[in-house]
Amino acid sequence: MAYSFPEEVLEHVFSFLHSDRDRNAVSLVCKSWYEIDRWSRRRVFIGNCYAISPRAVIRRFPEVRSIKIKGKPHFADFNLVPDGWGGYVFPWITAMASSYPWLEEIHLKRMVVTNACLELIAKSFKNFRVLVLSTCEGFSTDGLASIAANCRNLRELDLRDSEVDDLSGHWLSHFPDSYTSLVSLNISCLGSEVSFSALERLVSRCPNLRSLSLNRAVPIDRIACLLRQAPQLVELGTGAYNAELRPDVFSSLSGAFSCLKELRSLSGFWDAVPAYIPAVYSVCSGITSLNLSYTTMQNPDLTKLVSQCPNLQQLWVLDYIEDCGLEAVAASCKDLRELRVFPSDPYEEDEFDIALTERGLVSVSEGCTNLQSVLYFCRQMSNAALISIAQNRPNLTRFRLCIIEPRSPDYLTLQPLDAGFGAIVEHCKGLRRLSLSGLLTDRVFEYIGTHAKKLEMLSVAFAGESDLGLHLVLSGCESLRKLEIRDCPFGDKALLANAEKLETMRSLWMSSCSVSFGACKLLCRRMPRLNVEVIDETSEVAESRPESFTVQKLYIYRSVAGPRLDMPDYVLSMGEESPDLIG
Amino acid sequence: MEDEGQNDVSVASSSTVDCDLEEHRELNYLGLSDCSSAESYRLTSLSGDRKNDLNLKATELRLGLPGFQSPKREPNLHFVSSGKPDEKLLFPLLPLSQKSVVTGNKRGFSEVNDPIPKEGNWMFRASENEGPDSSNPGIKIKQSVGTAGAQSNLGNGIPSKQSKEHSLATSQNNASNNAPAAKAQVVGWPPVRSFRKNSLVSTSRNNEEVDGKLGAGALFIKVSMDGAPYLRKVDLHNYSTYQELSSALGKMFSCFIVGQCGSSGNLFKEMQTADSSKDLLHGSEYVLTYEDKDGDWMLVGDVPWNMFMNTCKKLKIMKGSDAIGLAPTAAEKSTRGY
Repeated sequence: MAYSFPEEVLEHVFSFLHSDRDRNAVSLVCKSWYEIDRWSRRRVFIGNCYAISPRAVIRRFPEVRSIKIKGKPHFADFNLVPDGWGGYVFPWITAMASSYPWLEEIHLKRMVVTNACLELIAKSFKNFRVLVLSTCEGFSTDGLASIAANCRNLRELDLRDSEVDDLSGHWLSHFPDSYTSLVSLNISCLGSEVSFSALERLVSRCPNLRSLSLNRAVPIDRIACLLRQAPQLVELGTGAYNAELRPDVFSSLSGAFSCLKELRSLSGFWDAVPAYIPAVYSVCSGITSLNLSYTTMQNPDLTKLVSQCPNLQQLWVLDYIEDCGLEAVAASCKDLRELRVFPSDPYEEDEFDIALTERGLVSVSEGCTNLQSVLYFCRQMSNAALISIAQNRPNLTRFRLCIIEPRSPDYLTLQPLDAGFGAIVEHCKGLRRLSLSGLLTDRVFEYIGTHAKKLEMLSVAFAGESDLGLHLVLSGCESLRKLEIRDCPFGDKALLANAEKLETMRSLWMSSCSVSFGACKLLCRRMPRLNVEVIDETSEVAESRPESFTVQKLYIYRSVAGPRLDMPDYVLSMGEESPDLIG
Repeated sequence: MEDEGQNDVSVASSSTVDCDLEEHRELNYLGLSDCSSAESYRLTSLSGDRKNDLNLKATELRLGLPGFQSPKREPNLHFVSSGKPDEKLLFPLLPLSQKSVVTGNKRGFSEVNDPIPKEGNWMFRASENEGPDSSNPGIKIKQSVGTAGAQSNLGNGIPSKQSKEHSLATSQNNASNNAPAAKAQVVGWPPVRSFRKNSLVSTSRNNEEVDGKLGAGALFIKVSMDGAPYLRKVDLHNYSTYQELSSALGKMFSCFIVGQCGSSGNLFKEMQTADSSKDLLHGSEYVLTYEDKDGDWMLVGDVPWNMFMNTCKKLKIMKGSDAIGLAPTAAEKSTRGY
């Protein structure tokens, strides 16, 4: 190619492409571009750890500095995936330890991480900087001690929502005195108390600390002195926010907060006592992100706090906010982009408990023109409300609604909520993520298949009437990548009719549906690059299951690595050549 | 089976709304499939006894009266247990009359099983006291739905009158127990992550294991009021005297007492502007009552504050006229119940 750019120039141009999709597209243009991209790719995202082997990734991208890997399916968050299912990161760490000596960042989500993994990370990567363990499990604070002791250039340690075997808080003291590079620390998921003096010394010697999320065990009267050491904080998660009201503690706290000129994000506030909340008022005008989903604070204090944040973009809160609070949000927080309302008591029996209904969400959809992302738990919904929301906010990209009682109809008309969700997908043309709930017939899937052309992830529970529903989604949603279904009457026909579609997606989860064992085997035979895994926890031996047996849980994902080798005995891969299987 | 698949592809490509894939299963409203597939599930995973349990338990009437223990569900029976959520709550706020006139929806089964909203429970129980059950609203509704032919799918679906009475008898015997057991929970529903659930449970509220646990955390007690559309929760640890509690409750419920809540959005403003020095409960027609650990309703104010905190499970603001008959002192505990 006489008139092609030199490689260095192309490489420089490619460095401006940050999205993986763009880089993937670039690599398909021609062989030389493929090679240039290969050698210059620094960040890799593996959406499913079983879709490809570590060796294959390393072979293709030899100079990676940052890797993000996801393991278990999303429904694992709700205890639908049994223990021991898989998602082990150890094979990845061992492979990378020898091939990526300059690795700087590891981001893991829903993976099993052992202390051995953490020790290996601590010793293998001399320039290691960022460790994010999101909803991971399998390690203890001893593993954290290895990281603290050995990673001299560590910038970020974020344990968000992970399940840690919390032996003691002593691990924090393993950061050597010479260690000063901490930028972000999130230990909010840990239960035990860390040594406060070690924490204070750590904070005081790390001038670049921007983000600090404490755990519940840090008492309110200790926060002030921490904050004074770190006035440059941008994100803060408090510990427990309760104590008897003492004027000296209050004024100290209040003074400390007023020094935080850069603060943009607040979270924590466990057990918040309303009397101490005014201590944070001085920072409210700058706050863009507020996570109050752990605090039991109620109205009017809760609404008062939120209404003081005019620049709020992201709000996570419990249903204590109530409709009236959300109306106040709609009036005060005009730049709100993301709203998540969680249930304070998901198993509540009383019928009239919390004053949070569909009206709150409608208000926010009216008042907050930048609203894009919604996660909303409530107990009643109507088609009229959903249509309103859809018409108000066609710019929604994520809409997840959970009406707590399965199969709840429109409470006004007793009709299914098909029309409401239909309006959502019809008006919100950029919708990428959708979670359904309430009473839904096959009709809603017709709407989704017809309109939701940009939809990438769909979650369905207790919905639909027949295979037609599943078929409409699989055949209509062109951008679908992840589909997770539970307790729906979907079965073999739709699955087999759309077998090819499944290879265009990352994964499909179906539990408590009507898929038969035989259909799984057939699907696997037809689609060799799909891993079809049946999860069955009953005690029956695999060989004796008849073709018509309805599988309990089914996880199908595309893979170029073949069936995985680390399955527990309750996971059956349909891909194995098992002549002893009946049928 | 291979051939079937090919046929399906051609059928599917001309999809219209009414075009079903061949032999798609009829499913009733609960998502339970017809007998054949339900049977195959049963054959492989359940013993013969539990086969019957599947349907009977799923259809057993539950009234949810205090002290009535809902039978626990097997967590592995996803297919059935998920198909039968506690139907009592399926139509939480509908008055009785609406439920009996449902047409056009495949919802007959839950109608039958859920004839009585919460208020109706009390009425029904009162009539039980009077004598042999003559007016059975549940059966009435069943008949009206039955004539509409709305449901007939589940052979074992109709609860017998006997089973209903038996449930009631059981519940009456258990009346003196503590709060009813948690409703049977579907695994993984609602989709709340466990760390979030754990975080909430340990801070507050009465749950089955720990009733109003004292300690560093809050002590949340539900407060309801006659005629108010929703109830509130207060943290008793925030108060040290009855006066403080009373004035706080007065502020909380003032909008209902005054009779002007405005639009729902103004609730917050209403409370802010309410005169905080005026205790709206004191001297009004309302009295404050509480339910103690034994399930009895007592007037608030007789026992020392600490003892009250230990024994109070629920608060209720009642009209003074309704409170007639409540024991004026703890010594004369009323057995009126509710």
